[in-house]
Order: sequence, then structure tokens, then C-alpha cells
Amino acid sequence: METIVEEAVATLPEQPTTKALSLRQMVWRRFRRHKMAMAGVVMLILLVLYSFGGSLVFTEEYANYTDTSIRLQPPSREHPFGTDTVGRDILARTIYGGQISLLIGLSAAAIEVVAGVIIGALAGYYGGLLDGISMRFTEAMFTIPQLFLLLVMSKYFSNKMPDVQVLGRTFSGSVIVIVAIIGLTSWMYLARIVRANFLSLKEREFILAANTIGVRNVPIIFRHILPNTMAPIIVAATLGVANAILAEAYISFLGLGVRPPTATWGNMLEGAYNYVESAPWLWIFPGLLILLTVLSINFLGDGLRDALDPTTVT
Amino acid sequence: MTRYIIRRLLQAIPLLFVISILLFVLMRTASDPIATMGGRRVPRADERERLSRQLGLDKPLYLQYVYWLVGNDWAKVDLDGDGVAETPGQQRGVVRGEFGKSMVSRGRQAWDIIWERVPNTLILMIPAEIIIILFSLAVGVFSALRQYSLADNVITAISFIGYSMPIFFVALVSMYIFAVQFKQWGLPALPTVGMFDPKVGKTPTQVALHMVLPIFSIAFISIAGYSRYVRSQMLETMHQDYVRTARAKGLSERVVIFGHSLKNASLPLVTIIGLDIPLLLAGAVVTETIFAWPGMGRLFIDHVSRGDTPVVMGILMLVSVSVILFQLLTDITYAWLDPRIRYE
Repeated sequence: METIVEEAVATLPEQPTTKALSLRQMVWRRFRRHKMAMAGVVMLILLVLYSFGGSLVFTEEYANYTDTSIRLQPPSREHPFGTDTVGRDILARTIYGGQISLLIGLSAAAIEVVAGVIIGALAGYYGGLLDGISMRFTEAMFTIPQLFLLLVMSKYFSNKMPDVQVLGRTFSGSVIVIVAIIGLTSWMYLARIVRANFLSLKEREFILAANTIGVRNVPIIFRHILPNTMAPIIVAATLGVANAILAEAYISFLGLGVRPPTATWGNMLEGAYNYVESAPWLWIFPGLLILLTVLSINFLGDGLRDALDPTTVT
Repeated sequence: MTRYIIRRLLQAIPLLFVISILLFVLMRTASDPIATMGGRRVPRADERERLSRQLGLDKPLYLQYVYWLVGNDWAKVDLDGDGVAETPGQQRGVVRGEFGKSMVSRGRQAWDIIWERVPNTLILMIPAEIIIILFSLAVGVFSALRQYSLADNVITAISFIGYSMPIFFVALVSMYIFAVQFKQWGLPALPTVGMFDPKVGKTPTQVALHMVLPIFSIAFISIAGYSRYVRSQMLETMHQDYVRTARAKGLSERVVIFGHSLKNASLPLVTIIGLDIPLLLAGAVVTETIFAWPGMGRLFIDHVSRGDTPVVMGILMLVSVSVILFQLLTDITYAWLDPRIRYE
């Protein structure tokens, strides 16, 4: 009897030796194959190195140093990107402006995610009156195009915020205002996705099981449902960074954004349309940097979407 | 269907109400219209008090909103500051078709100021939208038919870049190429500022020439986005069974592509374009500022920075109403195009 079993086992085809991949490994594997996404990651790393590593070469005083005797100089050996309307070095300003623009993008996206997830999760999970009220509010905010909201809100705190000191550096208080208003005007899309996912997930068996064994609402929301809706959140957060950088550029370009002397890629472009002909270097360099950043974040977002989407299992 | 439309329109009323409260509170608490009234001179305390009384800014916020919404001709206001409200109010309120008087252009109705600018924005927006739809369909179908060819890859690269471009960068680059460089190369340069050359006057040719660059800037980004979408939709429908059936029936390739494949591929595009049309207005804010185009967007920028609540609220409500109407219109068009969808 035993020998028969052994024989049977011996004739079985060899067990596959490859290990089953975890979800994270599978996503990573799919992401790595996405050429454009990898190019985006590389470009982003270079841009971060440029704007943060560059501060080792130039000091912030140098970036904010004005000398009107050398205003509007074309690119030269001394000032590779030229000088702006008050004689500041544009190369140094794109470096320090990049730091602020990237930080604005990241922190505004963080606010967006926190607000969107909390509102979407509560509305979707509890439903009822809370859902009704918060979704009416979301709809109202969604109806007004974001730029209009931003322009109205940027008046809200502007010029009232004192400068802030962080790590021995002075930032214009308007940076915080801009981060807050961009974050607070962009969460609506995410809130809707999260709500929709919560609505369907809360009816599933594993949530019923968690309910039955007496898990409280908050752990159910954050430990059981939220991890299952991470994919759209990650993609929306990534693209949110790009949108926040663009939004900052738009309002700063229109003169209602971050106040000087703090540089951002957006406010370096303020009034640049008066110098289209006479000083193109004023707007070409910050504009190209914004374009590169947004482009690589979009590539990254595309790659993440493809990698995280379970319908494209390879 | 009629009931559906009526229900949607009724639902829009509370929505507009919430939007108006939200914006009114933001606008009134955020800005100080009196600060810029004396030009560069800061108004004295007594002037400030008199002005805010005359403009009704001394009232509590909720009352200002009520006056804005339904007018104040049923109430009496104190204009001379003696503590007795004796003058009947003049405002008729939004629900009776008046947005109040502008605080910047004193004495003019906000609605008249806005209405003057609307045609200028529309003559940019309507041609831009037509160009966007035609070109994104053409470019999308073209690259779908030549998937992975050199032309397709070049178009893909350009549209990815275009999609990531801030509109002002497109505008600046196009101004630099078509106005500055063309002039240097001795080619006819395009004008970049305003609606017409004041030396020539507002002739149709002048306006058309001045429209080229703004429309190009607006259209470029949208075409980049939509053509990608058309391409992927086309690729999807081209492999559907009904397309194979159409081919098997022996229909010409032209009919198969335009009559069967594109017709189905363009369905979802209706939704996207319909919902995006009002967003073009936001793009117009930036475009009109760069090209000094006297439209609604520039009016908004000029007046929002001076805290002119009636004009700003007028523009914002106009935009909100158009967003809601386009949403409804999109849903109706979609149901009409796709018989599988029925609204109860």
C-alpha cells in the first residue's frame, strides 16, 4: 500500500519551484516593466537632486540677492540661466524655487489625500444624513472650477500670514496658505472614489465577519476597508502632486500665489509675459522645469495605475 | 425623460444655494474692497466708515447675503450714519435678476459689466472647442490606425508633453515662436496682445488674427489629452465583434472605421467633453491674462483682487450654472446617443 503511494508521488510532476509573489512584489514587477514609469522615476530623482543638491552650490542669500545693475542679463558664464528683473540669478532661484514647488506639491497632495479619504470613508461607511450633507458639499465644491476657488481663497489669508522660520530659513507665510488652499480645493474627486469603494466594500462578507466578532467601526474603516481601496488612492495622490504643482504655478503666475522673496517655479513666471520678446530666459527655465516635473509625475502615475490595476494581472 | 430633466433642474436649486453661500462667505471675509478705493492712498477711518455704510458692508454677514440674494428694497438702510435707518434699500437681489452694483466701477450694475465681456470670451471658446473636437478626433483616429508606427509614437510623445504643459507655458512658447521668431525670420508675425490693433480698428480680420494664438494655446492642451483618449477608445472598438462583422459583410474600410468603429468610440468622449467645457472657462482666466484679451476671465482676475463681490459672485454663479447645465446636457445627449441608457 505504502509503496503504491510512494510510486504515485514519484510519478507526480515536479512541484513548481517559483515562490508565489506577494501583492507588493507583483505590483513592483509590473511597475518595473513599465518603461515610461521608470523614466519618470529617474527624471524625478534627477529633479529632486537638482533642487535639493543645488543648495550645496548656491546659498539662499545668493538666490535672493538683488542687484539692479545687472538686471535682465542674458545667460552668461557667470549667470548660466541669466538674471531676472531685479538682477537675481535665475539658476539659483530655480534651485530654491524647485524645493518650494516640490514641497508644495507633496504637502498639498497629502492634505488632499487626508481630506478626501476621511470625507469619502465616513460618508461611504456611515451613510445616511452624514453622507447626504457631505456629498452635497462635495458636489458644490466640485461644481466650481478649481482655479476660481483658488483665486478667491488665495485672498483669504494673503498678506496676513507672518513669515515662518524653519530650519534657520525664512519662508514667506504665503507658502502655507497656498499649500492649504490647494489641498482644500482638490480632495473632491478622491472623496468620491473612496466613498464609492466603501459603499461596495462594506457589504462584503469579510466586513460582516469583522462586525460579527465585534470589531469597532474605526478599526473596520482603517484596517479592513481602507487597505482594499489603496490602489485608486495611490494613483490619485501621485497625480495630485502634479496637479498641485500646476495649481501653484497658475495662481503664482497670476500674481496671487507665493510672495517674493521666496522663489517658486510659479512665481518666477509672474509677469513673464511682458518679457516674451526681450528676456525669454526669464520664463523658459522655470517653465521647462515645471513641464519636466509634471510630465514625469504623470508617467509615474500612469505606471502605477497599470501596475496596481488587478484587471491586468500578468 | 421630461420628468428626469425637471427633477435634475429642481435638484440644481439647492446646489446653487450651497455654492452661493460658500462663495459669498469666502469672498466677503477674504477681501476688503474699500482698501483699494482711494487708489494708492489708504482711506482714512471716517471715509472707511462712510463707504462701508453706503455699500452695506457694515451689516452682519448673513444679512449681507440675504440682501444679495433677495434684495433690500423691503428694508430701510441708514445712509447718513445718524443711527436711524430711514432710506429704503435699492437692491433687487439675485433671485430678481440683479447682482448688485459693482464696487470697483461705482454705480454700474455688476451684471452689465459681466455681460459686456461674455461675447469676447465666447468668440474664443466656441471656435476653440470646435477645433479641439475636430482635431482630437482626427489625431486620435490617425494614430489608432497606425498603432506603434513612427507617426503614432511621435504623436504620443507630443501629446504626453502637451498634456503636462501648464497653459501659460504653451502661450509663452507660442508667442515666442509665432510672434518673436517669425518677426526675426521675416515671416508675417502674429499679434500677441489685445483683441485688435488700435491703429487699424476692430475689423473682423484684426480680431481673427488676434484670436489665433489664444485659441492655439487653449486647444493644444485639450487636443493632447482628448486625442489619447480617442486613440485608446478606437483601439478598443476596432477589435470588437461588430467591427469584424462589418468587415465580413464587405463594407468598405472607410465605412467600417467611421461608421462603426468611430461612432462607438466617440460615445464616451461626449461625456468627457461635456463635463470639461465649463473648465475651459478656468483656462480662459490664464489665457486672457497673458494675451490681454478683454474677456470674462480677465474681468474676474481684475475684480477678485480688488474684492468686488457683486462682479466676482456674478461670474462665479454664471460658471456654476453653466457647469450644472452642461452636466445635464451631457447626460441627455448620452442617453440619446446610446439607446441602452434610460433615465427614469
